[in-house]
Amino acid sequence: MSVHPQIDEDLALYALGSLQGDEYAGAKEHLEGCAACRAELEQLYGSMALLGLSVAGSAPPRRARTRLLASLSREPRLQLVPRKRSWWMPLSLAALAAMALVAALLWRQNSGLQQQIAGLRLNSAQQMDQLQKARAVVETLTATDALRVTLVAAKTPPQPQGKAFYVHDRGSLIFIASNLPAPPAQKAYELWVIPTQGHPIPAGVFRPDSHGSAMVINPPLPAETQAKAFAITVEPEAGSSTPTMPIVMSGAGE
Amino acid sequence: MASAEIKGVVSDGALLSAVRSGDEGAMAALYDRYSSVVYSVALRVLSDTAAAEDVLQEVFMQLWRNPARFDASRGALAPWLAVITRNRAIDILRKRHPESDIDDVVVSVVPDMAGGAERSRAMEKVRGVLAAMPTAQRSVLEMAYFEGLTHTEIAAKSGEPLGTVKTRIRAGLMTLRKSFEA
Repeated sequence: MSVHPQIDEDLALYALGSLQGDEYAGAKEHLEGCAACRAELEQLYGSMALLGLSVAGSAPPRRARTRLLASLSREPRLQLVPRKRSWWMPLSLAALAAMALVAALLWRQNSGLQQQIAGLRLNSAQQMDQLQKARAVVETLTATDALRVTLVAAKTPPQPQGKAFYVHDRGSLIFIASNLPAPPAQKAYELWVIPTQGHPIPAGVFRPDSHGSAMVINPPLPAETQAKAFAITVEPEAGSSTPTMPIVMSGAGE
Repeated sequence: MASAEIKGVVSDGALLSAVRSGDEGAMAALYDRYSSVVYSVALRVLSDTAAAEDVLQEVFMQLWRNPARFDASRGALAPWLAVITRNRAIDILRKRHPESDIDDVVVSVVPDMAGGAERSRAMEKVRGVLAAMPTAQRSVLEMAYFEGLTHTEIAAKSGEPLGTVKTRIRAGLMTLRKSFEA
């Protein structure tokens, strides 16, 4: 692979922050799709680092350390989630209880409709009430301006956590994770359903957001999959058809 | 983790893991290792001790709030901090909003930067390479790097053609890298 000549000279200017407007946007777009130029950019940043490190030698005053340490102890480590949403939506564990409530409400509603088809009469006002409750919960969960916080017992360091909700009859799977370390470059996490029989089934590739949160909602799964456990591995960004060891997280159904 | 017991023993990666868990002692140990790098770069760009202290505070608070921004699998912490600090200091100097995304900065450095001794030797070499560089080239490189001047501004200031300035910037950076590849 070689660096593209049309962008070669601009890469140094891009690294230094000298490109503006269209030139910056053009270089950025090119870099997103070109591994050779990204590698070149990393080398240019390396040269910039050497230049920066060449001036090292000045020690900051003692008060700077005191100031930093005071700020650290003042700053609560909130697990805030960015407002970007996509098919995997970052969400923190604090929403789990509410999410379970939604699932329960929707499930009850669905069961009710089936009973109605079978001729059973249900109170429609009660259904509307349930639906409104479910909608209110969903709106809170998906609000772009929601503050999302993970609470843990006092003095407990945050640990990587994942929760899978799986309803076998509907093949519906919701997976929510928090505090995951960033996977290596060009790698991602992959969720696996471990069925009661047969090989692990891929159930979605995801990268956690910068706060370590991630969510997988209803990945395509074969019909009638009976799950006994779930696992997470690190895979290439495109995902794998069989898991690559080691398993970084796993859990079995209760 | 008490900072006294981890100084110089635990790897940066292990300290960063502890920082991810909210360990203030690990953060203090990282500060003790790298505050001089961050402060020196900020001071060289801004020529103002109070402003350099603000950048120092900001860079380490960013690392505290979001340690995952540094990808430990792609290089050493000191070079990454040097680049992040330089970019932030230039943003302040030029009063501009940061255009580049901090998450995009991956730094690949040839010499081993893991230890203080290796870093010192490498820096001696860099200073030698800079001293041996033609004055015009070093001057262009320093204007671009430490003053944050764009190629257009450097061309206007030096009276040299834009193409020459671009070539000198790129060649200057390449010379630094190549001096470690030999």
